[in-house]
Amino acid sequence: MRLYRRCLQRLARAESAGGIPASSKGMTKINIPTPLRQYAGKQPMVQVKAGSIAEALSGLVSKHPDLRRHLYTDEGKLRSFVNVYLNDEDVRYLQKEATAVTDGDTISIVPSIAGGR
Amino acid sequence: MDFSVPLCLCGESLMLKIGKTEFDEIRRHGEETYPHECCGLLLGRTDGHERIVTSVARAGNTRTDSAHNRYNIDPKDYIRIQREGRERGEDVIGFYHSHPDHPARWSPTDLAEAHWPGYSYVITSVEKGKAAVTNSFELTGSDENDKKLVDEKIEVTQAET
Repeated sequence: MRLYRRCLQRLARAESAGGIPASSKGMTKINIPTPLRQYAGKQPMVQVKAGSIAEALSGLVSKHPDLRRHLYTDEGKLRSFVNVYLNDEDVRYLQKEATAVTDGDTISIVPSIAGGR
Repeated sequence: MDFSVPLCLCGESLMLKIGKTEFDEIRRHGEETYPHECCGLLLGRTDGHERIVTSVARAGNTRTDSAHNRYNIDPKDYIRIQREGRERGEDVIGFYHSHPDHPARWSPTDLAEAHWPGYSYVITSVEKGKAAVTNSFELTGSDENDKKLVDEKIEVTQAET
């Protein structure tokens, strides 16, 4: 119990300092949309070690830099038509890019699809 | 070289293969939602410059404010359909929608709202409640700055490919 409490205290200190210890980060899967796979080594899914959505996406574009311009503007903002889901939830309704991710989570990158005559 | 088949800038022909059942389903969807635009997803696989549709899935149109001339695929439907497709080994390879009493050609709005070159966009004109023409377009280019919608031939097959 004491060990458990010390772990929680360490995590709380790390979180308040703005970071999650690397040892607490799990492997997160990121599903790659079909047209973007050519920029991700033709892979339908990429695994990254991350503690948050922001870290996961940063890890993704670090591994596959050609993806960056399709996901981010020149100013480094996520493009407005890019939706990010953690499992089945839109992260806009969670903590956005600060949303925590854990081992076994799946991130989906989904475009807004619209139009009309 | 068959000049009747739309070509990509690299010289490869652009083709969407779809079974008659799925083709008829897209058109029927447009008739059912008339005079509003319908929308949905195309699932299947890509083989070079051919996109092979193995199933289609209806999606909700969130543009209830202007459904007669606008659509927006409900993201909750998108994520569910994508997950279900993945379980069957299918990818999202494109989208479809209808143009009530308007040609089956892409509009400036269609192009502005299309993203990530490589998807197919199928449009059906529905005239006075009956599906008329169905055309397909591929979003080409390298990114948002030079994207174009170009004609893509549709091959309707009798059996699932």
